[in-house]
Amino acid sequence: MLRILVQEQDFSLGEEVARLHRGKPQVGAVVAFVGLVRDLSDQAAVSGMFLEHYPGMTEKSLAGIAREAQTRWAILGGVIIHRIGALKPEDQIVLVAVSSGHRGDAFAACSFIMDYLKTQAPFWKRESTSQGPRWVEARAADEEAAGRWQEAPQSPGGTTGPLRHSGS
Amino acid sequence: MNLRLLYLARLREALGTGSESLDVPAEVVDVASLLAHLRERGGIWKDELSSGRAFRVAVNQDMAREGTALQAGDEVAIFPPVTGG
Repeated sequence: MLRILVQEQDFSLGEEVARLHRGKPQVGAVVAFVGLVRDLSDQAAVSGMFLEHYPGMTEKSLAGIAREAQTRWAILGGVIIHRIGALKPEDQIVLVAVSSGHRGDAFAACSFIMDYLKTQAPFWKRESTSQGPRWVEARAADEEAAGRWQEAPQSPGGTTGPLRHSGS
Repeated sequence: MNLRLLYLARLREALGTGSESLDVPAEVVDVASLLAHLRERGGIWKDELSSGRAFRVAVNQDMAREGTALQAGDEVAIFPPVTGG
């Protein structure tokens, strides 16, 4: 039920939010998150980045996360858009927007989807910095953010969780 | 048994290859034994796929664990922890 798009093109927050409530008077709340490219990362100036993904798994992974959110909260609709390819500072990277009857479900579902997307969906960022190109390292804080939802099954879609090694 | 292996992002660059079709010996039955088999190549393979390194494995586009069983024709992707969003 959630729209899932992996694309190079930019998106319009306004159009996507309107699509979630126009002609749907049962919608009482839309919560949207937009992630942006920053110009600073680990003390280095960032001039641009390239977003790589794993075609085939990406959509499947996002659909699993969306399904899991729908089992946990009363969601009326939603959209996940993640951009790939070359991006520069100030560009939009990701949009997660969720509609519901009341704000609580939309806030929680939007936050849950972002936390799981950060740790489960197969995207990788390669930054161009003042110190040369480098792959962005995964952050422990993102794993912890996803972990706070884990009173239920660890991974969306009923699959197994991530392979863990001690050095991660 | 033949597997399709994919290496993504930083691991593709480190290992110098993005994909391969591999006939594995009979002792390769799950993710853990596949990783052990790949480590036998030595060098960068042994280094990058050692137990102290952080990486993830997906089997047929689903996140896998070391005990995830493998079947002929499976697509096994090995990649760094994800950094999207």
